[in-house]
Amino acid sequence: MKIKELLLAPVLSNNPIALGVLGVCSALAVTVQLKNVFVMCAAVTLVVAFANMGVSIIRNHVPNSVRIIVQMVIIATLVIIAEQFLKAFVYDQWKTMAVYVGLIITNCIVMGRTEAFGMKNGPVESFFDGIGNGLGYSFILIIVGFFRELFGSGAIMGFQVFELTKNGGWYQPNGMMLLPPSAFFIIGLIIWAIRQRDPSQVEEQ
Amino acid sequence: MIEHYVSLIVKAIFIENLALSFFLGMCTFLAVSKRVSTSLGLGVAVIVVQTITIPVNNLLYTYLLKEGALAWAGFPEVDLSFLGLISYIGVIAAIVQILEMALDKFFPALYNALGIFLPLITVNCAILGGSLFMVERDYNFGESVAYGIGSGVGWALAIAILAGIREKLDYSDVPAGLRGLGITFMTSGLLAIVFMAFAGIKL
Repeated sequence: MKIKELLLAPVLSNNPIALGVLGVCSALAVTVQLKNVFVMCAAVTLVVAFANMGVSIIRNHVPNSVRIIVQMVIIATLVIIAEQFLKAFVYDQWKTMAVYVGLIITNCIVMGRTEAFGMKNGPVESFFDGIGNGLGYSFILIIVGFFRELFGSGAIMGFQVFELTKNGGWYQPNGMMLLPPSAFFIIGLIIWAIRQRDPSQVEEQ
Repeated sequence: MIEHYVSLIVKAIFIENLALSFFLGMCTFLAVSKRVSTSLGLGVAVIVVQTITIPVNNLLYTYLLKEGALAWAGFPEVDLSFLGLISYIGVIAAIVQILEMALDKFFPALYNALGIFLPLITVNCAILGGSLFMVERDYNFGESVAYGIGSGVGWALAIAILAGIREKLDYSDVPAGLRGLGITFMTSGLLAIVFMAFAGIKL
């Protein structure tokens, strides 16, 4: 029960991007194609989960004054492993995402979770909390990536869904969807939808 | 010669703006832009840290990490570039810490003005992103100083503009669900489109 809550709460009711403004940079930069989105989401989810667990295991042995740098080292090690792994197995996607994989280190979701949850809870809960927040992050990224690829190039996961006019079809691709600013608008609309469903998240004027 | 550096700075401020073209440092960009005065404080802190860390990371990369960089120590075949990420973040954390102590000792007024923003900067992805772009584009030392100044000023400019707009937005009637974060996302989207207009300029 507790674990189910840890996994599902961050998806809609306590979403790290929509409510906490955490981890926004990569949400904007890697969402042109759904393929990249899945690679990025898998990397972030695993890094958050294992970083959270690692921090939680040693939380009672780390002096408070150096905890940030200890967390940094754990996170950086995991990100280097993830980066080398991506470089070895999905080189094409790694190439298009380039600096954004390295930037998982400073992705505030990771640091935010280790600081707010990993430092206070046991390793098992921390692991599932990390997975849950990774899912919340993935939820937003997949929606954004889906719409950007569908309307920007008429495809989903590289398969042509709408025939483009330049190939004799009917769909004129929307060029703005290929540009990064479109992600701002889509995330803005998602936030609106989430808050319409759950008015307790609405901010005071 | 000097022209090359000036064009690099201008390019880093407007055409390759870290916040609005590469979307780095977005978390703080969206969260700390409610008031112009606070966002200016953060902007200045970013400029200072960026101007110091990028050249230092450049030296680190050229003389320690790059393939063949250890030739001066007698190891011409060693390639330590996979240690890049962890070294850059270490350098950034250390410099922010030193800067904090130095400002506290010698410029207490500035230290009090920057306040909480200095430690926050360690986890601002604009700083690490700047260092990673410097490595990716193979800047030499002089170029990395220019890029550090330019990218810092660009980020500060972007957050100051957004804060100015948000102060005005306080007086408008925004739909309940969009209030706060939602409308800020859309505003930054429009700002990003504006900055894309600079993209065609050749320097």
